[in-house]
Amino acid sequence: MRHIISVLIENEAGALARVSGLFAARGYNIASLTVAPTEDDTLSRMTIVTYGDEMVIEQIIKQLNKLVDVVKLLDLSDGPHIERELMMVKVKAEKGTREEMKRMADIFRANIIDVTDCSYTIELTGAGEKLDAFLKAVNDDLIMEVVRSGPLGISRGARGLGL
Amino acid sequence: MELTGAEIVVQALKEEGVEYVWGYPGGAVLHIYDALFQDKTLRHILVRHEQAATHAADGYARATGNVGVALVTSGPGATNAVTGIATAYMDSIPMVVLTGQVPVPFIGSDAFQEVDITGITRPCVKHNFLIKRVEDIAETMAKAFYIARTGRPGPVLVDIPKDVTDPGVRVPYVYPKKVSMRSYKPVEKGNTRQVRKAVELMSKARRPVIYTGGGVVLGDASEDLRKLVDYSGFPVTNTLMGLGSVAASDDHFLGMLGMHGTYEANMAMHEADLIIAIGARFDDRVTGKLAQFCPNARIIHVDVDPASISKNVRVDVPIVGQVKPVLKDMLKFLKERKNGPDKAALKDWWARIKTWRDVNCLKYANSDKVIKPQYAIETLHKVTRRRNFFLTSDVGQHQMFAAQFYPFEKPRRWINSGGLGTMGFGLPAAMGVQQAFPKATVACVTGEASIQMCIQELATCSQYDLPLKIILLNNGYMGMVRQWQEFFYDKRYSHSYVDALPDFARLAETYGHVGMTIENPGDLEAAYKEAFGMKDRLVFMNVIIDPEENVYPMIEAGKGHHEMHMSPHLSAERELA
Repeated sequence: MRHIISVLIENEAGALARVSGLFAARGYNIASLTVAPTEDDTLSRMTIVTYGDEMVIEQIIKQLNKLVDVVKLLDLSDGPHIERELMMVKVKAEKGTREEMKRMADIFRANIIDVTDCSYTIELTGAGEKLDAFLKAVNDDLIMEVVRSGPLGISRGARGLGL
Repeated sequence: MELTGAEIVVQALKEEGVEYVWGYPGGAVLHIYDALFQDKTLRHILVRHEQAATHAADGYARATGNVGVALVTSGPGATNAVTGIATAYMDSIPMVVLTGQVPVPFIGSDAFQEVDITGITRPCVKHNFLIKRVEDIAETMAKAFYIARTGRPGPVLVDIPKDVTDPGVRVPYVYPKKVSMRSYKPVEKGNTRQVRKAVELMSKARRPVIYTGGGVVLGDASEDLRKLVDYSGFPVTNTLMGLGSVAASDDHFLGMLGMHGTYEANMAMHEADLIIAIGARFDDRVTGKLAQFCPNARIIHVDVDPASISKNVRVDVPIVGQVKPVLKDMLKFLKERKNGPDKAALKDWWARIKTWRDVNCLKYANSDKVIKPQYAIETLHKVTRRRNFFLTSDVGQHQMFAAQFYPFEKPRRWINSGGLGTMGFGLPAAMGVQQAFPKATVACVTGEASIQMCIQELATCSQYDLPLKIILLNNGYMGMVRQWQEFFYDKRYSHSYVDALPDFARLAETYGHVGMTIENPGDLEAAYKEAFGMKDRLVFMNVIIDPEENVYPMIEAGKGHHEMHMSPHLSAERELA
């Protein structure tokens, strides 16, 4: 089962290595991991997407909680939540395809954020499946470069993950 | 008060009640060693290899319950200490290891004697710190000790760059009175509802077994365990790490369980309908094949570390908490119930257990020609039973023979590397124990392979007058390796024969100790008596034993508790009967 876990962790040197090292050392899957400081600059927030059966996920959560630097965590998959991922795609946009690429970006409500005479750079935000769908819709030969942030997640409702 | 960083390090150790530091100086810790030199109370023990510093600190911690402290330099000093840190980590031993580091501006430049020791040790410490500012030393030291000793204990490493301890820089010194960390809140008491649920199961159980591990020793809960065992009348078995938490002479005690556990302990686990696991972690050497582990039992698991619960085996009643308060609650709730443990069912259960006990699974064929290792341990017990006695061990057959044949009556008396299985642990660990208890008798049972991994510490023992008694069960082989090769590799003894052995007795003498070589079973007891009579001397007893004795009973890795190999001698005897 896919799980998306949010982790509040002390913003200290080595904290990221402790988390990634834990996954490597114990053989847990890690599909994506994003991390950045929060509004409180002593804290970082990580979003980890992982796969495993119930027992493995339970261990992952316990092992993360056991790390001394981890302040709090939440398995977002336990309840209703929203996920968003950012993707930037550099595509060929030459004479014959320029118009079509523009239309495609509009259909997916994407933004073109950089333009040259032969390329567009397209910015797209959404759930992972939407980004997948965009890539599927564009001819492989036209894609020059793809960069994705990995999903971010937040729970629905008024309650949040805080201290 | 203004102090230098080095002085703050020393001062912090004293604030934490540290008596001894085991260490080895080097470039990056020179400032700290200078501060130590000028201090009058803290005692530093100079080891001969940094691995021994960590093992000695570890042995001290296991015997006393205090945090053990080691101090080593950067680079190779730090990497040499890693084996000892990992050893302590696997057995949850409270320890603080101070490592020197190159000055902050040099970090990351591949400077002389630089290694990323916080990176190297991250998977084998409870936590580690790299201090970058002299102002942070006091608080970090306080946190390190707090983390090491609370919750599930473990080693904490503090990496201190040389410039942070610069004697030219003084800062105001205040040691934190109390540590509070938002990200680290160890649990204390167990959830009362869960404990009540457990007690409910205990009062209905027909075939219960209490299975306890190192957590009862670490949590100083032996007395509470004894009370629960007495009141409930339940049988109890210990892991290798738990030995001594129940007196071996207690009728309820089934002996050790697991790979080389007793027949009665393993069979009882296999047929139990309720397992009460306390401070134990369902290690593979204990459980054998998981699919066949306690097939008919519901499982209660008490542990201070939630990550230990349902890691290998699904449990029915998890209880997260310190074992001591949980055991107290268990006993209290059990006593409050009108209908306590099912006495009639227990009577039948004990009758069943007696049939397994009657097998006498540890029986061995003694000899008057060659010393059997089992006899060597039994005789050791005979000679030392009335003493204030601690036994450390190395790793291998001798460790298992000691665990099987030395009946420990008290906790913290059996000191061995269980989780990591570190050869070389025994001698330095014994040094730490002896330092903590100068008047006690401290012996180390070892093998000719293990002892050579830290034999340089015989020099440390000379320097500090540590009157250890070393019992080397010398069979010329890495005995446990040879045993597996005999069983599983058609006796192809690949590199397990330990050739070119020194004359250990003479070697000990060159270090200033007393050496003995004992070859005849008839001489053993007298030799022990003579050795243990030498109060102020280290005596190294090279006991030549049967080269091909095996440890029985044995469960092969990946087999169930009911599939034990018994000694061929015992099997033959049973067939005759």
